[in-house]
Amino acid sequence: MASNKKYWKSEVELSPDNSIVEKLKQNEFPEKLPEDAFLGDKEQLASSQTSRRDFLKYVGFSTAAASLAACEGPVHKSIPYVMQPERIIPGVANFYATTIADGYDFASILVKTREGRPIKIENNKEAAVLGGSNARIQASVLSLYDSTRLQGPRSSEGDVAWEGLDAAVKAKLGSLRNGGKQIALLTQTYASPSTDRLLGDFMAAYPNAVHVTYDAISSDAALTAYEANYGERALADYDLSKADLILSFGADFLGDWQGGGYDGGYAKGRVPKNGKMSRHIQFESIMSLTGANADKRVPLTPAQQKVALAHLYARLNGSSVSGELPEAAARALESAVSQIAKNKRRAVVLTGLDDTDAQSVVLSINEMLGSEAFQPEAPRYVRQGNTAAMDQLLADMKAGRVGALIMDGVNPGYSLPASAGFAEAVQNVDLSVAFSTNWNETTALCTFTAAANHFLESWGDAEFKKGHYSLMQPVIRELFDTRQFQQSLLLWMDSEQSWHDYIAQTWSEGILAGGDWNKALHDGVYVPGGMAMSDPETVASPDTDKEMASPAEAAAVSSVVPIASAVRRLAGASDEGMSLVLYSKVGMGDGRQAGNPWLQEFPDPITRVSWDNYVTVSKADAASMGLVNEHVANGGLDGSYVNLTVGGATLNNVPVIIQPGQAPGTLGLSFGYGRQVGMKSEMQTGVNAFALYAGFSNTQSATVEKAAGTHEFACIQLHNTLMGRGDIIKETTLEIFNTEDASHWNHVPQVSLNHQEVPATSVDLWDHFDRSVGHHFNMSIDLNACTGCGACVIACHAENNVPVVGKQEIRLSRDMHWLRIDRYYSSEDTFEADNIKKDEFSGAMESKAGFEEMEDPAANPQVAFQPVMCQHCNHAPCETVCPVAATAHSRQGHNHMAYNRCVGTRYCANNCPYKVRRFNWFLYSDNEEFDYHMNNDLGKMVLNPDVNVRSRGVMEKCSWCIQMTQKSILDAKREGRPVTDEEFQTACSNACSSGAIVFGDINDSESEVSKLAESDRMYHLLEHVGTRPNVFYHVKVRNTNEA
Amino acid sequence: MKKVSNRHLYPAIFGICLVVSLLFSPSLSAQDDAAAQEPAAEAAAEAGGSEGPCGPGDPANGKQLFNQNCAACHALDRRMTGPALANVAVRLTEEEGLDCEWIYSWIKNSAGKIASGDAYANRIYEEYNQAAMTAFPTLSNQDINDILAYTEAPPPAPAVAAAPAGGAAEGGSGSSGLSNELILGALILVFGMLVAMLVVVNRTLRRIAEASGVVLEKEKAQKGTPIWKAYAQNQFLVLVTVIFLLLGSAYFAYGWMMQVGVDQGYQPIQPIHYSHKIHAGDNGIECKYCHSSARVSKHSGIPSLNICMNCHKSIYEYKGNPEGPSAEDLANGYTNEFYTGEIKKLYAAVGWDEATQSYTGNSKPVEWVRIHNLPDFVYFNHSQHVEVGQIECQTCHGPVEEMEIMYQDAPLTMGWCINCHRETNVRMEGNDYYEKIHEELARKYGVEQVTAAQMGGLECGKCHY
Repeated sequence: MASNKKYWKSEVELSPDNSIVEKLKQNEFPEKLPEDAFLGDKEQLASSQTSRRDFLKYVGFSTAAASLAACEGPVHKSIPYVMQPERIIPGVANFYATTIADGYDFASILVKTREGRPIKIENNKEAAVLGGSNARIQASVLSLYDSTRLQGPRSSEGDVAWEGLDAAVKAKLGSLRNGGKQIALLTQTYASPSTDRLLGDFMAAYPNAVHVTYDAISSDAALTAYEANYGERALADYDLSKADLILSFGADFLGDWQGGGYDGGYAKGRVPKNGKMSRHIQFESIMSLTGANADKRVPLTPAQQKVALAHLYARLNGSSVSGELPEAAARALESAVSQIAKNKRRAVVLTGLDDTDAQSVVLSINEMLGSEAFQPEAPRYVRQGNTAAMDQLLADMKAGRVGALIMDGVNPGYSLPASAGFAEAVQNVDLSVAFSTNWNETTALCTFTAAANHFLESWGDAEFKKGHYSLMQPVIRELFDTRQFQQSLLLWMDSEQSWHDYIAQTWSEGILAGGDWNKALHDGVYVPGGMAMSDPETVASPDTDKEMASPAEAAAVSSVVPIASAVRRLAGASDEGMSLVLYSKVGMGDGRQAGNPWLQEFPDPITRVSWDNYVTVSKADAASMGLVNEHVANGGLDGSYVNLTVGGATLNNVPVIIQPGQAPGTLGLSFGYGRQVGMKSEMQTGVNAFALYAGFSNTQSATVEKAAGTHEFACIQLHNTLMGRGDIIKETTLEIFNTEDASHWNHVPQVSLNHQEVPATSVDLWDHFDRSVGHHFNMSIDLNACTGCGACVIACHAENNVPVVGKQEIRLSRDMHWLRIDRYYSSEDTFEADNIKKDEFSGAMESKAGFEEMEDPAANPQVAFQPVMCQHCNHAPCETVCPVAATAHSRQGHNHMAYNRCVGTRYCANNCPYKVRRFNWFLYSDNEEFDYHMNNDLGKMVLNPDVNVRSRGVMEKCSWCIQMTQKSILDAKREGRPVTDEEFQTACSNACSSGAIVFGDINDSESEVSKLAESDRMYHLLEHVGTRPNVFYHVKVRNTNEA
Repeated sequence: MKKVSNRHLYPAIFGICLVVSLLFSPSLSAQDDAAAQEPAAEAAAEAGGSEGPCGPGDPANGKQLFNQNCAACHALDRRMTGPALANVAVRLTEEEGLDCEWIYSWIKNSAGKIASGDAYANRIYEEYNQAAMTAFPTLSNQDINDILAYTEAPPPAPAVAAAPAGGAAEGGSGSSGLSNELILGALILVFGMLVAMLVVVNRTLRRIAEASGVVLEKEKAQKGTPIWKAYAQNQFLVLVTVIFLLLGSAYFAYGWMMQVGVDQGYQPIQPIHYSHKIHAGDNGIECKYCHSSARVSKHSGIPSLNICMNCHKSIYEYKGNPEGPSAEDLANGYTNEFYTGEIKKLYAAVGWDEATQSYTGNSKPVEWVRIHNLPDFVYFNHSQHVEVGQIECQTCHGPVEEMEIMYQDAPLTMGWCINCHRETNVRMEGNDYYEKIHEELARKYGVEQVTAAQMGGLECGKCHY
């Protein structure tokens, strides 16, 4: 059966008329190669003095000389400090508490420094709010060492000195002070009390100055709705650990919704405790990370979500609204309403719709419910962008009413759609200054570019949430000739004060209230004494139920008219054409770190595609438009192209991913990609979704047409479904979990021994070693708590010097991630249905056809995430096949990998049932072909000095961060004390803010992991193989109670 | 100008140093001490300095007090943290018009004097970087008189004491060199005569043989098969020889290859001639005083230059052994002047201005040549061995206190590491970390001591990650 498939080398071949096609058939090269240039003419060649013998002599001599020279050892220099700083001991890491507040990501973090270099970001566990880092925050340390960073201020003519820039700006500001034109400050969201005070001072000094806050991805609707209800421009905060029912209408709250950071609280409620866990219902268009974690997910178009929200409101206050809902949505709403009726205070409703009506309705529903999770009294300040003010500023700029424009932390040249006309508006401004760490689309338009500090080089403060303060301190001196925006403003105001002193003054005058500055700086976070009392936990006791309810009712009554009309407007929403949903990926956000190779290579948790963005379409729509995704011979994923048009703006050749779970009639496209200016060519990936972001709304009405050609994706995971292999991800429902015996829902696989079916755990080919003395490490991964966010993946990269290999290598399945998060779809509606279907196959033909069907995920599948790293098997298959004993077992449970011993046979990788071993096909450091951070001196500063940089031809894999456990043990030995449980950590367990990954010593009966190992939910991956892994998982429980 | 004055100063300084070092040397017996004090006392008596400007004093006692209390910050003829003190009383009384009472009160409570607003006190305080002088309320006026008497005393004539010692040393080394050469020459002469005699005897015998018609063996041998041919024809012998040759060359080739990358004995020339022998050996400085990070870090740490300056702020020249430089040192050029020159290199690197006793800020980090190079794929932690294991530095680094130039003593091969791990018992007692482990081991296996290897010290991943 010969295949009729044709493989195209390039799209040129598709047009048969092209002359190149015929030429290529005849000649290998379309143009004659210039061999004359290197061979010269025959005569000259013949008369050459160098004979073949001479040539061989030279070769022989140089080879011998080279090998002799290689015998000489290199001379290493050791250069100590002249004056060693007191706190720096070479070889010992220092940790500093600081804060990231770059305008998109906000968190309190710890920074690990070695010899004065920051090398790793850790969570600040003392922070009550936003103390967990996501993938981008973990990766931000590499952006500090970006070789494309601006190394000093520039003007449109070239490099300038700060004095020149200051003089020009001050002269201009001085002339504008009394002139008619505005001074405009266009900045990111700071959420910083000191910066707010400074901007106030600046505007007092320059009365004609205006300050506009601009978020690239706007939360303006939510801010406006909150402001209308509570009189302050902020975002209501939610503590999801206090919710038993979470209803989300398009809110990707496990991603970047309203600043993110909700995964910790969410995960707390998701782990079944005393037979209870929260229930999460998600109505959404695209398959978001949040939807993938939901117990019940209903794909709806944005307009249908609005209608559903209106229906929910009506059901809760007993009114009725118009608007049709799909049956599935109506059923889900029905079940939600009945659960709300049981205990309305334990329910919470969230929405991510960029619609003031929807946001207002959600606020009033939460008020109406008296939701315990809803905390409007202590809002968040992490998004403050004002779209109306931004539009006004653009209009003013175009009209020539702005004399000076000073920007910080924003890149409107990239993140405003072309229709906003930013480029033309800047031309009408006399003086424009952009503070930026990198050369970008905006700096290219400005008169002056002020090289700004990275946040790890900066002073600052933040108030993420009312009453929760954080401090930002530099952990390294400025690498380049850079200066902070705030420091510059102080200089331009002719203030003698340094920015640090200014912050200290703000704190001592307003915030500290007698608290200790040094302690606040040390902790990184500060909560004034009085604020802790207003913690809603103490307020929300049952006794106050009545009192709580009445103001809520009052609020509902007071705004009853506008809410009623808002609900009516929502109920009347309808889609026009295809709805395009613009979203942000957890790996890229708004694109301010697009030059970060870790993030580019980070596979999206849902599609598992790296180095790209793409438009997601539903299966049905793809079929009707003739869009395809297919695997080609080398295993790579290819996809069709489409042209997307919104209003007047068109994006050509956007690659397509067919996304299971996508609501039919909708499209998804992520922000953050398509950056061009100031980027290395490798990093210029994807298309710019901001071009379609008209009116700062994340839903747009779009038209799609298929374009020619296919796109080559770099996709990490090619197999999407679980194929009914229920023992890889064990899953059950809360009902079964509560009522049935563990052997039912956590079945131990059986194997045949002497013609008897016995549990796989009872059979062994190998002898056991005694591991009862000393430490024996285990790792627990709770599939219920894991949201798939991927912070651990980047943390692992940073800790273990994992190389970046680039798009082409990823496409060849040569990714180097030590830790991957597998994402599985069910091919039926649920994984359980998959299992049943598989078990019912009879006969070879039926099972063949059946399995082929099962390779295809359902239109709205269940999704499961499973982090997989080396399982550190006690009976490891890799160890027995290594011909040189490069991989061996330790009594502490680690499966060791000695790189210097490895000869690269790759037998181990072939024999590993978990496929967690990674081979270094190339030398990824100091290699022009891999021009990422390990190819320049600056980027190499991020490397962890305690971990080897592997060379070509060796196998590598997760080491369970043995450098970290060894350090904990050594610290304890040196101090002569036992190791405490919290000290044993790995990079991934440290980074996991949802507590899904727990690492520890099971020989310590008090340790958390030894308790988790006793749990009924515990199981090992592929137990029937008999590898006895030291990593175990917890059965995923879904709360499907329809009550 | 400066050079000239320095030349005059040298013998004087040398003499003082000799005496001072004799006094300080703790290894000296009381007898030596007494002997050393004699010339000083004599010198003082000669100068008639016992009659100081503030009253009579005993320069011998003054010297002792000076060395105990003052020498850390003052020298007689050299500005240090504080001013030079030679003839200080005379200077103060004559140039500044201050009396002895002023000196007493200044020494007993300088801070009070400064606070009182005294002009000279404040001037001197400002001049010396506001480094307040320690108060010495315990010194009596007589003690101060003694010290002042010592500062009055002219330095003892150094040539008398130093010259014979140096001369003797030189003479000794010269004579021993001469005798060696003589013996060698005689031996060569004897050997040459023997060879000549042998040749003569041989020639005579041959002549006699020719005369008496004896046929020499040479001609006889030509008749039989030559030995090499016989050997070549015996294939067994050839085979055995070839095998032996191959084995032998393989042995040597293996041995040669195994030393590739092993730098045992590596002794590079360092930018500053730093003698561990003087610091760790002669002066007995604890290794971890300078290599302090060995206690807490994986690196032992090359000391930063400010650690050197802890001592070398006041030790600005090398004064040598009490016995004077050994013949070997002199042969190598390790004179006192040489070492002093090395200290100046340190000053240049750290940016220390001796004249003003302050840092100029012009520093130039020292690029030491690293001697102990482990490959990147090996993780070695000093604190594990030094602090937890309480292993002597010398176990791996050899007799550092005897090394004039540092070299790599151990081969630093993996076999060497592992051998030690196999032989060394883990030091468990007194460490609470091991308490539970030790108890379990004792209960389970009935052992009291385990080697590092038995505790997992041979596992690959303990050192390779």
